[in-house]
Amino acid sequence: MIILWTDALIYMLVLASLFAGFFIFRKPHFQRPLKKISASKTGMVSLLLLVFFIFIGLLDSIHFKQSEGHSTEIISALDFWAKPLRTQTEKTYSAPFSAHLYSKEMIALADGSHSWGYPRLKFGGSHLQNPDKEKLHDVLTKAAIGFAKGASIFILFIVLLWSYLHDRHKHLLNSSTAKAIWIVVFLLVSISYMLIYLSGYYHVLGTDKVGEDVFYQAIKSIRTGLVIGSLTTMIMLPLAIVFGIMAGFFRGWVDDVIQYIYTTLNSIPSVLLIAASILMVQVYMSNHAEEFNSLILRSDMRLLFLCLILGVTSWTGLCRMLRAETLKLREMEYVQAAQALGVKQSTILIRHILPNVMHIVLISVVLDFSSLVLAEAVLSYINIGVDPTTYSWGNMINGARLEMAREPVVWWSLLASFVFMFSLVLAANLFADTVRNAFDPRRAEQGE
Amino acid sequence: MEQVLLQVRGLTVAFKDETVVNDISFDVYKGETFALVGESGSGKSISALSVLRLLPGNAKISVNQMLLDGENLLSITEQGFCKIRGKRIGLIFQDPMSSLNPVMTIGEQIAEVMQIHFNYSKAEISSAVFKLLEQVEIPEPERRINEYPHQLSGGQRQRVMIAIALAGKPDLLIADEPTTALDVTIQAQILQLLKTIQKKTGMALWLISHDLALVSNMADRIAVMQKGKIVETDDTAHFFKKAEHPYSLKLLAALPSMDSCINKPIDTNSNLLKVTDFKVYYPIRKGFFKRIVDHVRAVDGVSFQLQQGKTLALVGESGCGKTTLGKGLINLIPNTSGTVFFNGIDLSELTTDAQRRNRSDIQIVFQDPFSSMNPRMLVGDIIAEGIKALYPEIGSADRQLRVAKLLEQVELPLSSAMRYPHEFSGGQRQRICIARALAVEPKLIICDEPTSALDVSVQAQIIELLKNLQKTKDISYLFITHDLAVVAEIADEVAVMYQGKIIEQGEVEQVLTSPQHAYTQQLLDAVPRID
Repeated sequence: MIILWTDALIYMLVLASLFAGFFIFRKPHFQRPLKKISASKTGMVSLLLLVFFIFIGLLDSIHFKQSEGHSTEIISALDFWAKPLRTQTEKTYSAPFSAHLYSKEMIALADGSHSWGYPRLKFGGSHLQNPDKEKLHDVLTKAAIGFAKGASIFILFIVLLWSYLHDRHKHLLNSSTAKAIWIVVFLLVSISYMLIYLSGYYHVLGTDKVGEDVFYQAIKSIRTGLVIGSLTTMIMLPLAIVFGIMAGFFRGWVDDVIQYIYTTLNSIPSVLLIAASILMVQVYMSNHAEEFNSLILRSDMRLLFLCLILGVTSWTGLCRMLRAETLKLREMEYVQAAQALGVKQSTILIRHILPNVMHIVLISVVLDFSSLVLAEAVLSYINIGVDPTTYSWGNMINGARLEMAREPVVWWSLLASFVFMFSLVLAANLFADTVRNAFDPRRAEQGE
Repeated sequence: MEQVLLQVRGLTVAFKDETVVNDISFDVYKGETFALVGESGSGKSISALSVLRLLPGNAKISVNQMLLDGENLLSITEQGFCKIRGKRIGLIFQDPMSSLNPVMTIGEQIAEVMQIHFNYSKAEISSAVFKLLEQVEIPEPERRINEYPHQLSGGQRQRVMIAIALAGKPDLLIADEPTTALDVTIQAQILQLLKTIQKKTGMALWLISHDLALVSNMADRIAVMQKGKIVETDDTAHFFKKAEHPYSLKLLAALPSMDSCINKPIDTNSNLLKVTDFKVYYPIRKGFFKRIVDHVRAVDGVSFQLQQGKTLALVGESGCGKTTLGKGLINLIPNTSGTVFFNGIDLSELTTDAQRRNRSDIQIVFQDPFSSMNPRMLVGDIIAEGIKALYPEIGSADRQLRVAKLLEQVELPLSSAMRYPHEFSGGQRQRICIARALAVEPKLIICDEPTSALDVSVQAQIIELLKNLQKTKDISYLFITHDLAVVAEIADEVAVMYQGKIIEQGEVEQVLTSPQHAYTQQLLDAVPRID
């Protein structure tokens, strides 16, 4: 087993959030917001989607060495299970569910003559004799079989759960929110199983320029998206919160210094900073080639540095907002009352100011999360984003961009990355909304 | 009887499942002043807004009959209703600060109404605007006409609001708490102005207020509203002689009375607080280097003494520096000069850390019960905050016991500790604030207008609570207020503040019955009272 830098950070993040979750569960006055979250359909469904994404991301974060013939490579648990997807590459573009390449080529026929046409794929639909006639029927039956298998796994699970729960926790299965959740779980399990089953026979989302399966790329990109979204936020948040609140609360020279820092940082185009630091990392890695002896180590280091530098350049906006809000809050009478009660300033910051700016933090973190995933795509375009060998939605979009002018157009890379990105960001948005509403005591009373 | 101008029968307004106005019927006669009185949340503003169709879309309104001068208001289309609002019915809101557009001059804002409702030429409009400003008695109208709202004082802004409401020459003027946000002397002027204008134009005035004393001087007829229902309608004179409904009687009984100070026993205790020549100046900085060119003298050389277990009321209008003085005494605002002796100790000579530990002696209760508690903290934690900060040696079990005892003292249920502030009403919140101040066992509590945001009946309860606590715990109060009637209820001594200085102080009976200073006299005259 090999632990990459980003892996380690992801594990720590997961542990920290589990710990925080445990802490929150034990506090009696958090029971009501928790109940409210668990009663909200949108909240629970989006949480489920998020957990599903995170689960895939975690699978993709368990790395180990595997020897294949004479070469050893570092792969993840996800790669291990998705081996067919990873290894069954075609020559170049092919459309989703296609049995042929997307472009015409000279084909050597059995009798030695040549013809100009669409050659068959090596793997996609290779079990078919006559794809033109059989394909639709085959795809549909295989989809139905896959779906049915997935559904039966789910039903088996539900039956086991039902017999285990007996009567004690029947409400877990009976409330309307629970029904929505089970329907979504049912769909998730069945559809994922169907896709896995289908991709044994077809390229479900087609292949890209070098013949790699787009479905595999999109799944691998989940980890990159999560890493960029979460690690960058983890770097940005402490800077923004500490500086923003301190500037707003203490005023005077503290405020001046912090404002100088962030206006200066803001005035430097962040692309320049990012380019400079990525170049520095690359120089460092080529100078210490013995430490970075594999492709995956190098791309991981580059990903980590990208998160770092994105975090350092993106805290200013949130910092400014928090400063403004703190300026307002420090004049509130409950802050003055705390001062009159002799409460220490540090305690006032933590107990009175911080909880009352958390809604801003939550909103901007979720918004930033999506814009960071997008920023990664833009940076990939000018070659200072993640390593070109790293799977990421940005790289997929960047690759697809070149083919948008093609006739007929190659649309599946773009669509795949868009759909995956959209569902991750939407789920994060909806869930954050629910959390914010539930934890705001003033909103807790009102309905949905 | 005069002719009916506005006739409303069976008006019901509901938001979601909650009925705010419940089947009310009333008439407003031509040329009369009709007052709708009730406490906050009784639905009085909502009923006015529903007549004007100004309620938000989620309000469900049902009404049997609504006639304006015989014309059925219900059958008028939304477009046609624009000719009713502003033209036939004018409206004045409570808060003059937020009801004027800050980027338009007041002349433009008055002219806007006339452009909509009349076919006047430009010259006609500007002369009409000028006349209106003269009518609402704004000084130097030729200069004011081109000024922006922020350049005017609160009273002048309310005058502009009245001018806007009058611009359409309405038959009915609805005044929704027109003077609540204003000082008592200005309130008297505005009310006088409304009376004069009404006499001149003969329009009907529908006055909405929570203040029975104010209404008694203004209205011809009174309707008392409670929880969405009109419980009693009567002629003013008859109402104040013989109110019938128990709720009306309760409201009348809760009114603080100016006579309650007479024959208060006077005895002398030891001095608790002695303030000498206290000053708080704010620098005015100008120019490139931000040099200090002058000072705003918020508190300008104030001296007074307060005895153990007594109440000193600090009276003055907004901006006179009374709140600054209160905050300055507990060092929430740094003072410029002056000495504060508390219990024989000079507070200004203490180190910062000693000051922090000495915080337990003087506590403060703020005016606004909505902003003075952290909305994200449980009430129990809010009350325990001072104990935690100043007596860290007390364990959490003992602390909870003390919180429970404090809740009992301020007459709140024990279960309150596990709830959030927003779940409580204004009066209950003020009780929590008092419990928070009591938690550290202070000798002096500075009460900064603790009752001015509350309804009269709640106000009476809070004052009762404060008095009881004073008796049992021998606490002193520095009671900051603008309401002289409340002063009479609670204070032993009074200090009247005007422009940063104390102009008159003495025993409460003496000051309120035979004031020496002209300003005190003026304040006393402005207080509305029931004759």
